[in-house]
Parts: sequence; C-alpha cells; structure tokens
Amino acid sequence: MSDARLAPALASRATPEARLAAFALLTVLLAIGAFLLLPVGGWPLLLVGLLFWASAWGLTSSLAALSPASKALDRLLSIAIPALFGVTILVLWELIVRGLNVPPVLLPPPSAIGSEIADSTHLLWADLVQTFLKAVIAGYVLGCGAGFLTAILIDRSPFLKRGLLPIGNLVSALPIIGVAPIMVMWFGFDWPSKAAVVVVMVFFPMLVNTVAGLNAASAMERDLMRTYAASHWQSLLKLRLPAAMPFIFNALKINATLALIGAIVAEFFGTPIVGMGFRISAEIGRMNTPMVWAEIAVAALVGSLSYGLIALLERRATFWHPSIRKG
Amino acid sequence: MGYTGPLRRLTRRLVGGRTVPVLTVCLAIVLVWYLAAIGLNWQTETQKLARAGDYTVTEAIAATWSAQRPVLPAPHQIVAEVWKTVFDVRPTSPRSLLFHAWVTLSSTLLGFVIGSALGILIAVGILHSRTLDKSLMPWIITSQTIPILAIAPMIIVVLNSIGVSGLLPKAFISTYLSFFPVTVGMVKGLRSPDRMLTDLMHTYSATPFQTLLKLRFPASLPFLFTSMKVAVAASLVGAIVGELPTGAVAGLGARLLAGSYYGQTVQIWSALVMASVMAGVLVWLVGLAEQAALKRQGARS
Repeated sequence: MSDARLAPALASRATPEARLAAFALLTVLLAIGAFLLLPVGGWPLLLVGLLFWASAWGLTSSLAALSPASKALDRLLSIAIPALFGVTILVLWELIVRGLNVPPVLLPPPSAIGSEIADSTHLLWADLVQTFLKAVIAGYVLGCGAGFLTAILIDRSPFLKRGLLPIGNLVSALPIIGVAPIMVMWFGFDWPSKAAVVVVMVFFPMLVNTVAGLNAASAMERDLMRTYAASHWQSLLKLRLPAAMPFIFNALKINATLALIGAIVAEFFGTPIVGMGFRISAEIGRMNTPMVWAEIAVAALVGSLSYGLIALLERRATFWHPSIRKG
Repeated sequence: MGYTGPLRRLTRRLVGGRTVPVLTVCLAIVLVWYLAAIGLNWQTETQKLARAGDYTVTEAIAATWSAQRPVLPAPHQIVAEVWKTVFDVRPTSPRSLLFHAWVTLSSTLLGFVIGSALGILIAVGILHSRTLDKSLMPWIITSQTIPILAIAPMIIVVLNSIGVSGLLPKAFISTYLSFFPVTVGMVKGLRSPDRMLTDLMHTYSATPFQTLLKLRFPASLPFLFTSMKVAVAASLVGAIVGELPTGAVAGLGARLLAGSYYGQTVQIWSALVMASVMAGVLVWLVGLAEQAALKRQGARS
C-alpha cells in the first residue's frame, strides 16, 4: 500500500519538499491578492480566486502524496490536510459571497458569522446551557441508562430477546422525532419535555446494541466461564459486558448525535425564549441568518466534541479490540 | 423422541422463531398503552364526568378510552382516525392522511434518489483521488456528528426567499441527510475487495474503470444497501422536519405541527403512525431490492 502511495511523489522530478513550499507560498500570496482585489471585483477577482483554488488544491494533493516515515508526522498530516481543506473552503466561501455580492440573508460570509459569535457569546452560552447542558445531557444519561438496564434484564429471557429485538430494530428506523409535539404537551415548554424526547430517541439504539453486544462473546469463552463455575452475574461482569463494550460505545456514539438533534427539533414545537432550536427558528423569522449560522456552528462544535469525548473513552475502555489495537 | 407431528413442529417453529415472541411483546405494549391511557386521561375525564353527575368506574374507564382531546389516545382511537382519514376521505382532499403522506413521500423519495446518487459519485471520487480521501473524508465523517437537521428551517426559508418553494427545498434536506451514510458505506464497500482480487484484475490488465465496474461495484452492493436503509429512514425524517418551520400546509410534518397547535392529540398520533408505516415500508422495499440484487449475484439467503 505504501509503495503505491509513494509512487506519485517519486514520479515528479522536483523534491516533494520544494513543491510543497512553492505551493504554500503561492497559495498564501494568491489568497492575499484575492482579498486585496475584493473592492475591484469583476474578472480579475474571478481569475485570482480560481488560481487560489487551483494552488490550494495543488498544496493539498502534494501534502496528501507525502508518506512520512515517523508516526508523529503522519498523525500531524492527517490533521493538517483536512484542516487545510477546511480553510480553503472558508476562504473560497468568503471570496464568493463578497465577490458576487450575495445578500447576507442568503449566505453570510464566514467573517460575519465569526463576528456574530464574538458579539453574542452570552446569548449563545445561555442557549447552550438550556439545550445541551440541561435537556441533552439529562435525556442522554436517562435514555442510555434505561436502554442498558432493560437490555441486561431481558438478557436472561431468550423469549423476550427474540420478541424485543425485531421491534427495537424497527423502532430505530422510525421517525421518532415526531413524538416531540406529544412530549411538549405532556411535560410543558421547558427543558424536561426536550429531555423526554431525547430519552425516547436514544433508548432503542442502546437497547438493540447492548443486546447484540451481550451475545458477542463466543461459545468457547462462555464454556470457559462455565468450567470456572462462574455464576450468571460473574460471567456477565467479567466476560460478556467487556465483550459488549464495542457495541455499547457504538450506540453511545450514534446517540450523541441523535440526542442533540432531538433536543433542537423538539424546541421547534414550543419552548421558553431560550435554547438553540428556539434561537434558530426565531432568528430565521427575523431573517438574521448570521445568528442562525453562529448557532449551527456552536451545535456542530458541541456535537463533534461530545462525539470525540466518547470516542476517547472508547479507546480507553476497549483497548483490547482489534480496531483500536495497532500493530 | 416423542410425537413430532406437523402440529408440534409448527408450534415449535412459532415459539422458537420470532413470530410468537414478537406478537407477545406487541400485545404487551398494547395492554400497557390502554392502562397508560386510563392513568393519563383519568383526571381530565373524571372531572368532566363529575360535573355531569355521578359516574361508575366502568364509565370513567370507557370515557378515558374515548376522550375528545385525550392526553394519550387509546390505540383504537388512533386506528379509527387513521382509517377515517385514509379510507373515508378522497385522497386528493387536504383532510386525507394519504394526501399528506404523499406530499412527504414525494420529497423523501426525490431527496433519497439524489442523495444516494451523489453519495455514490463522491465515494467513487474518494476512491480514486488520494487528495479527496485525505482532505474530504475526515470532514464527511465529522459531519455525521453534527446535528445537520438544525439547518433544515434555514434552508427552507432561505430557498423560499429566492423563490424556490414546494418540493425542492424539502428534497434538498433529505438529499443532505441521505448522502452521508451512502458515501461512508460506499467508500467502505468499494474498498472491500482484498488485495488478491485487485491483483487478479491487475493481471487481466483491467483499466481502473473496468475494475470499478466488474469488481468493486458488485463487491460494494451489500454495503450500499445497508447504508441505503439508513439513508431512506434519514431522508424521511429530513422531509418531516423540513415541513415544520415555515408553517407548511401539507405533509406529515405540517400535520404534526397543526396538531400540536390545536391540541389535537389523535391527529398527531395518526400522523406519527402514518410516518412509521412509511418508514417501515421504505426500509422493507430497500431490503427487497437488496435480496433481489444479492440473489442475482448468487448469494444464499
């Protein structure tokens, strides 16, 4: 595999480092040039913008063609390349929106979104507390806990397992988000109703995955536990729960995204005047799109951070699993 | 062994299989539902009855199961409402549930088809370009952790403001939601042939396009169908949420919103049942296509 990846780098005559440096310099210069040309506009801007894009693409691909020997450098590259791609997209977005005079209602430039985030930190923070720290976390913990406990309980009865698993699988595919109006009616406008939506949304993925995970230990290992005369709980704690961990973490990861979506969408159905979903629908009504984008940026950040946190925990908990264990 | 007649075998297959357990669980759910309906509707209904005079417990229970605006409608009320709005009303009238289901279904399907096609295209691009793989793929994976659905209202309103309305904005959201799972699944699937097989194609001096068409594409089909099941469910959710923000007048999402505005719980539940049936049927249809396609490849089910 590494030979195949090395080939394009060797094929070009210039050393990869030299090409890289040239592309980097060119890209930065073109970006500065494009921003200087913004007041001029017209075809010079278009030309420089296109050149910037081509040069950034060249830089990205020459970075991607590298296969560094050291592991640390490789990891750095695997972060740097997508980061560079992201920055390129942001610069192009800014250039296109400002160069073509796209109305900010349609698509605000990233700079406007950035300054909106800086200006209304307290609002964004209040929304985050309401939606994420209260509704999402409470619902996530309750829902995942309930799903997990139910799975442990029905694990003792093969009959219930056979009955609940197909239903759980079916329910996981249903648009459960539709229970949001019902929950808002039952639990009122404040965060408990959103937490309830989250509970319902995350329960079934957790149930199905835990039940599947508890069956993951092989017959050989189970027989071994039996020769040790291990009780049900002993073999559950020492063998089957650890073996189920990859499945449980899979559910935790799926649920992290589902929970945030559930809480935000539930706020479209009624909420006090704070919360991410409320802010999005209210600011859309006022056509204040930069604020909507700011809220979405916060949601994206929180979503990927919590996902990352769970992935980190997974590495710790399932260090023995082949997908984590390297080499 | 004792008697193993057809009846015994049938019983064993039913109990040992999934039919009886699933039916038992369903029955239990319905039972709990009826009990919950009594509990949740008790207060409002008994108050109503008390105002009219004396009442017995049986009357009160009957009242909780046939309330006008129940906190939790009993299952038969939902079934009756679905029946009434599906079969007793002309499908073209806005009072018909089929009409709303069709509005949602059309944008779901349009979005799903575009999203899947886009997902496959991007997966092929990622397979053949190392730059795309290294730069775009991490973003696609990260974007799965982002609550994309939060963008839905903005897309609808913004597209409306430039004059694009109706089916397309909703289909756009469905496209957006369905293309991620397909891309990720397809990249995995297209890479699933092992070294031996790709080497074989190499010895045939197959072009990259031929390898794609004759080896990688067939090999990716199981992955494609698995992710298409996820995608079609996501695209239905996208279409429903897309109907929420603008006060849309048609579609299952609009039904949900109207029901929540006017406290019509039975209407909300019937829209939910319809959406669930649709999701089930859509996933089942993809499953059928999967079986047909895999059977042609010679897989044994």
